[in-house]
Amino acid sequence: MALEASAPASRVDIIGALRQAAITALITFGLLLPLIGFNTVQNIRNEIVLETRWPLLAALVAIIAAGRFLHAILIAPWLARRAQRQRREDAVRTAPRARGARWVVPFALGFAAVYPALALSLAGTQGAVKWVDNFGVQILIYVMLGWGLNIVVGLAGLLDLGYVAFYAVGAYSYALLANSFGLSFWILLPVAGCLAAFWGILLGFPVLRLRGDYLAIVTLAFGEIIRLILINWVPVTNGYTGISSIPRPTFFGIPFNASDEGFAARFGLEFSPVYRTVFLYYLILALALVTAALTVRLRRLPIGRAWEALREDEIACRSLGINTTNTKLTAFAMGAMFAGFAGSFFAARQGFISPESFTFMESAVIVAIVVLGGMGSLLGVAIAAVIMIGGTEIMRELDFLKAVFGSDFDPTQYRMLLFGFGMVLIMVWRPRGLIATREPSTLLNASRSSRRHEEKAQSTRPSLVRGRHG
Amino acid sequence: MEVFVQQLINGITLGSIYGLIAIGYTMVFGIIGMVNFAHGDVFMVSAFIALIALLLLTTWLGIGSFVIALFIVLVVAMFFTSLLNWAIERVAYRPLRGSFRLAPLISAIGMSIFLSNFVQVAQGPRVKSIPPFFNEVIVLTPASSGYEVAVSYKQIVVWLVTAALLFVFWFLVSKTALGRAQRACEQDQKMAALLGIDVDRTISITFVIAAALAAVAGTMYLMYYGVVSFADGFVPGVKAFTAAVLGGIGSLPGAVIGGLLIGLIETMWSAYFSIDYKDVAAFSILAITMIFLPQGILGRPDVEKV
Repeated sequence: MALEASAPASRVDIIGALRQAAITALITFGLLLPLIGFNTVQNIRNEIVLETRWPLLAALVAIIAAGRFLHAILIAPWLARRAQRQRREDAVRTAPRARGARWVVPFALGFAAVYPALALSLAGTQGAVKWVDNFGVQILIYVMLGWGLNIVVGLAGLLDLGYVAFYAVGAYSYALLANSFGLSFWILLPVAGCLAAFWGILLGFPVLRLRGDYLAIVTLAFGEIIRLILINWVPVTNGYTGISSIPRPTFFGIPFNASDEGFAARFGLEFSPVYRTVFLYYLILALALVTAALTVRLRRLPIGRAWEALREDEIACRSLGINTTNTKLTAFAMGAMFAGFAGSFFAARQGFISPESFTFMESAVIVAIVVLGGMGSLLGVAIAAVIMIGGTEIMRELDFLKAVFGSDFDPTQYRMLLFGFGMVLIMVWRPRGLIATREPSTLLNASRSSRRHEEKAQSTRPSLVRGRHG
Repeated sequence: MEVFVQQLINGITLGSIYGLIAIGYTMVFGIIGMVNFAHGDVFMVSAFIALIALLLLTTWLGIGSFVIALFIVLVVAMFFTSLLNWAIERVAYRPLRGSFRLAPLISAIGMSIFLSNFVQVAQGPRVKSIPPFFNEVIVLTPASSGYEVAVSYKQIVVWLVTAALLFVFWFLVSKTALGRAQRACEQDQKMAALLGIDVDRTISITFVIAAALAAVAGTMYLMYYGVVSFADGFVPGVKAFTAAVLGGIGSLPGAVIGGLLIGLIETMWSAYFSIDYKDVAAFSILAITMIFLPQGILGRPDVEKV
């Protein structure tokens, strides 16, 4: 019976899908005609001239139209069927998913703990540096930044587009204090965190009366101001040139170098840069886990609950007697502090910093990680960081694409392009992020409130995903 | 004094461009209450479209007349940019209507990143410069004085085009059925829908108008400065947003006044203080306005209803 019902529908669908594909092709052609159809290049006399790229234009239009066609005949009906099925099963679901998540966390932690050993055994001491540094350390920095920003965006619901400013404060604090006073990394790590938190309060104080997108834009302005000051205040920050030869962290006083006092010599090992990398890996892993642990604990405290209440409804919060300014300020300061830690780690790891590392794009990447992972979900943020940063790092390694698209094809160019596209796509597809289910941090009566939670999830989902009419 | 007059002229020119972009922000914010973060990049794309159209006209078709070329470039840029913004609204913002408050903003940030990187990939990361043309100036001061105050023909073109399009646009919003529908949607979308206004269509048209004005700004920017690069969307975008906020977001005359003010402040700051910190000045004005005068000069006070 179902077959009979769907057969005429699918025949109509193909014509409709063709029409949709044709319309899409036309629009895509119009959109891509100027910028893809023509290319502006400098000729030998340094004059700007036009070149045409009709085959590329035709190929892109064909690909997009084909995608639209397939979407209309395959994916859209499948989505509709799934939505129908889901509506029926929704009442019984959610329990198995939670059980799955319980296994993911210990597995991920275990993997993170043995990752350097794994890299060492698979790639050897020489090859492991790249894997531990580019993938391990790089991803973990963003995991930590994501978790830090998660306090501000995910828990307190304040969209901070200038988060990278606090990262910069941490990095420059460490670099300047270490270079001018010779203090060690371990003393400066908390100092940098405190300074960043102080800046968080300083910048947070005036802006916290603002709501939503206004707050976002002002934090963006502050982030840019700090970057511009770093560029222009040459006597202190050295401007665009940046600060180099920043001291590296030591292993409880033992430096990682080739000298007799170095780490390798002390422990009777052959000198290799991999020890420092592995040490840095565990250092940032520990810092990230501290951030996560603190977030988990804070959510149980009154202040954490106040943050989440604030995110859900600010007016209700105020009428219940929560001091919204202080609550927001603590979230801001806390988030900034973790950015400060991450910043000083970043400076210590690179040994060189310049304002280039602290552009708005960096803030956008961190916000993207938090939002795409699912605001408020630590696991989601970590997964998003692994996918997005790991994905872009992998793009560097994809040499075979050069064989497909020609030798001047540089996959890293497409990194931010895909990043932006991914942000839009995930917002449209799952506005609440990859891991959208948030465990309520407090339950009055476990069975009753979990049922209510489900009901709420059911009642809000259509408005989130399908609320397309005004 | 001469320096001041010269900076006044430069500032008004720059301010006209900011004002045109700012109207896009203010209209979109007025009708759907979102900060269209990608608008600065739409402006940048429009400058590229104008660049390509200009090259096409001058080098391929060999049109010599500046006025005809400029007119065609304007129309072409407005058309393609409107199409782009229409598509952006359809793909990235419309599905999010009724979603949580920050969703469209985040989507717009993604779109902004996408657009600037798309242009970087499609047209290359280098700054594109057009051959200098139309460089005549009118010297206002007598030749005997030391400092020449001059108005270039380009600046006059910018003023005239801006004024003409603002007039057309003002007519559209205040005197036509379309404008009435727009203002109705601004006030109450549900009620407007009940009264038979196609809200989706009105919002689409708002984006189209915003893009058309951004395209005018982009064409003027290209003509005035002669250079454009893929990264040119962000800072003018933020400054134009500052202008919209300063003038009172949601208010159209406010956007123009805000744009002129920001343009003047920026040029005066560059002339009398430090050119390195001119962007800091603009960003500070944004923060200060948001904090102390959130409703702007001409805006309505924002009352939060429960």
